[in-house]
Amino acid sequence: MARVIVDVMLKPEILDPQGQAIVGACGRLGFSGVEQVRQGKRFEVEIDGEADEARLEEVRRLAETLLANPVIEDFELRVAE
Amino acid sequence: MTARVGVVTFPGSLDDRDAMRAVRIAGAEPVPLWHAEADLKGVDAVVLPGGFSYGDYLRCGAIARFAPVMGELVPAARSGALPVLGICNGFQILCESRLLPGALTRNRSLHFVNRPQRLRVESGATAWTARYTPGEEITVVLKSGEGRYTADAATLDALEASGRVVVRYSGGAPNGSDRDIAGVANEHGNVVGLMPHPEHAVEALTGPSEDGLGFFTSVLAHLAGSVPVGAD
Repeated sequence: MARVIVDVMLKPEILDPQGQAIVGACGRLGFSGVEQVRQGKRFEVEIDGEADEARLEEVRRLAETLLANPVIEDFELRVAE
Repeated sequence: MTARVGVVTFPGSLDDRDAMRAVRIAGAEPVPLWHAEADLKGVDAVVLPGGFSYGDYLRCGAIARFAPVMGELVPAARSGALPVLGICNGFQILCESRLLPGALTRNRSLHFVNRPQRLRVESGATAWTARYTPGEEITVVLKSGEGRYTADAATLDALEASGRVVVRYSGGAPNGSDRDIAGVANEHGNVVGLMPHPEHAVEALTGPSEDGLGFFTSVLAHLAGSVPVGAD
């Protein structure tokens, strides 16, 4: 069994009001050096067998089809250690 | 013959009852459709209602898009044959299905907005707005937390240039939508999605106006000149 991590983030040009709210909270809590926060999602996908190129391609298609909305989001994929 | 307009119920749909009521008040026969059945029952048009399909898990509309009922709906809608109206969560489902361009994201304010909303109808050239005059202002209900319409500039320009911006928020978008867009249509004009709720504004007793009824009477007028989906 292998675990593939898929990180999904809003594209840089898409407004992220949740991230902005977190920046506001940082200031109130005294974390004064925080200039920007972008909030995303992390998926941990467990697959049968080895994370070979064919299985990774399958997870990539899963990410494009379901986990991320390519209209507004980018994703990155990596095999967990 | 009375037109038959299907209303899909997904787990978590809230406004399917009101949508069916609006269809009936407009003079059509409402036909309940169930998300898990891959059968549109030969309806002439479909409404995807508001609510929180599948609990809004993952993204609003992301799971509903793959429901069995969508298997027949998506190609029929894409071809221009089947009129489909997506309201609120239904709009989100249409965007996730790529039947409409763009996406709905979290309101700029992060607050859920719930109020009567003035809209300007920009296009009467769709199956769902033919009974309105372009420029006409109507009041319906807006109630959503992830209603901020966004798309890249090229897509927005193309929508504007081709008259596919159907309704705009009057006096500024309370959710921060790009170019105050409240609803858009596909290239054929048979698929329309909008964030505000015309089905909650069809009778004086329960709504802020009766202005929303025009969406439902429009599709009946449209159907009077077209052939039911699936018919030869």
